[in-house]
Amino acid sequence: MPSDTAALPRPATRPPVAPGRRTSWRRRKSSTLFVVVGVITILTVFPLVWMVTSSFKGPDEVLSTDLLPSAPTVDNFEYVFSAAPFGRYLFNSFVVSATVTVVALFFHSMAAYALARLRFPGRDAIFLGIFSTLLVTAPVVLVPLFLVVHRLGLLNSYAGLILPAIFSAYGIFLLRQFYLAIPAELEEAAVLDGCGYWRIYWSIILPLSKSIFAALAVLFFLANWNAFLWPLVATTDSDLQVVQLGIASFQEQNTADWQYVLAAATVAAVPTLLAFAIFQRRIVESIKTSGLK
Amino acid sequence: MSTPTTSPAEVAARPGAHRAGDEARTDGASARARRERRAAYLFMAPNLIGLTVFVAIPMLLSIVLAFFRVDGFGGYDFVGFANFERMFSDPYFLSSLGRTLLYLVVLVPGLFVSGLGLALLVRHKFPLVGFFRTALFAPNVVSLVVVALIWQFLLTDDVGFIARLLDRVGLTAPSWLGDPAFALPTVMVITIWFSMGYYMLIFLAGLQDIPREYYEVASIDGAGPWTTFRNITWPLLKPTSFFILLTSTIAVMTGGLDLLVILTGGGPANSTTLVIYYVYQQAFVYGEFGYAAAISSFLVLILLAWSALLFALTKGGRFTHAQ
Repeated sequence: MPSDTAALPRPATRPPVAPGRRTSWRRRKSSTLFVVVGVITILTVFPLVWMVTSSFKGPDEVLSTDLLPSAPTVDNFEYVFSAAPFGRYLFNSFVVSATVTVVALFFHSMAAYALARLRFPGRDAIFLGIFSTLLVTAPVVLVPLFLVVHRLGLLNSYAGLILPAIFSAYGIFLLRQFYLAIPAELEEAAVLDGCGYWRIYWSIILPLSKSIFAALAVLFFLANWNAFLWPLVATTDSDLQVVQLGIASFQEQNTADWQYVLAAATVAAVPTLLAFAIFQRRIVESIKTSGLK
Repeated sequence: MSTPTTSPAEVAARPGAHRAGDEARTDGASARARRERRAAYLFMAPNLIGLTVFVAIPMLLSIVLAFFRVDGFGGYDFVGFANFERMFSDPYFLSSLGRTLLYLVVLVPGLFVSGLGLALLVRHKFPLVGFFRTALFAPNVVSLVVVALIWQFLLTDDVGFIARLLDRVGLTAPSWLGDPAFALPTVMVITIWFSMGYYMLIFLAGLQDIPREYYEVASIDGAGPWTTFRNITWPLLKPTSFFILLTSTIAVMTGGLDLLVILTGGGPANSTTLVIYYVYQQAFVYGEFGYAAAISSFLVLILLAWSALLFALTKGGRFTHAQ
């Protein structure tokens, strides 16, 4: 797997013909690109910015066409937290997302280690079997998964929200690719020292995984924080509502009051946008790697 | 009688000793292999159990359920192919299938072109390009519920931002989400809006893998941008294009359900009831689990056929290119 995706593409070095004309041409090209991409970017992020700024507007100006509120207010947020148990929603989302992320990273890396570094009969078949589950996307198995979780008696429980979200081939696949590239010498020394496989995994493989774990952790956390469909069908108990369900039902009760709805949406979106702003480099890199073969 | 330099005992012992050593080694090796095997299965056990219970069994159950009628009280009646026969005489299913086809035909190329177009722009180095790449991906990190709420707000009839903007230039905005003629195109535009950044990043990774020297040579040869794109970028980007065609088809066909549930609820007048929404509706609104399972099995079958076709057309996703 190519690993130099982080490198920025540099303009091809050209033969030194007429350097003056060359640089001015290049400068013009670069400023054209800046303007074109700049405009597309502004149009793209505009709806997100609009949501955030509108959530600070009063009821009389939420539908105005001005970007910034003339009298910024936090009343909308106060209303959101007093009208619905948003603290509870956020807590539930956090517990579910954090648990899934930690357990999934641990389990996925164990399987990936075995698939990448250990020899055993049936390895390729097992890998292919795991890989093929990538074709089965969540909405397609929503119905039978609901029936299975119902039969296990896990509907309306944290376990019912958490367990089905842990297992996916995506993390196993990416971690396996990563572990395949680790040089064998690192393990051989440990084997000569008589280390068992668990020791090797724990004290050699895991410490090497820090960077990929960080990238995957953000992706897993975001995916679970943003999950809506599974919590919708798996929970009816209001104490177990996650934040996405919370804002959806909040909107049903406050349809006309956009300033409240947007404040609620901002509450649900800000943690994801913050996580993205902080870890954007890692996220972007892991998305790019995941696309490769 | 010459004195043997080595005693018979030693002679006898030596091969024996060798054999013993070999045996010890093979014993050690096989013991090691056994230990390795056992460790591997233990390492994989949590995932294998989890994937079986939460992915494989539901998938198989989906196929089995397709042959049953499930009543509201958890009773299962075997009905043979009745659910499948019902599918093809169900006008609502057939129209949702046609709609999904239209959706695919517009969105898969739409996502491809917007993703590739953006990637070709942001592959160059210019001020703030890193920021632009990140910002273009930003709509992808908020949930589809938030996406739905934002657009409902912006597209509100008469008083929404977009309606007012059009009003200012003397145009009357249609009811974007209330008019059956406009609802599906609106959903398509919103889908492109939040997914194009993702496809841009994947294309960008593919573009950055193309050796720079190729472009240098083309530039020395005086090739224009179009020739360079057609002869270098396009052929070398084929593996990425293949990956994107495959994953975007799956995503378009089965994803976006959250968006439909919140944004349109399949309406107005069923104009946004795509197959995946119809499955959801049959199962969780009407309790028709068997029928829903038949339709989703059919969906998986189509996806498998599409993947197989793509693999066949591209010879297993491998592309031979002059390296």
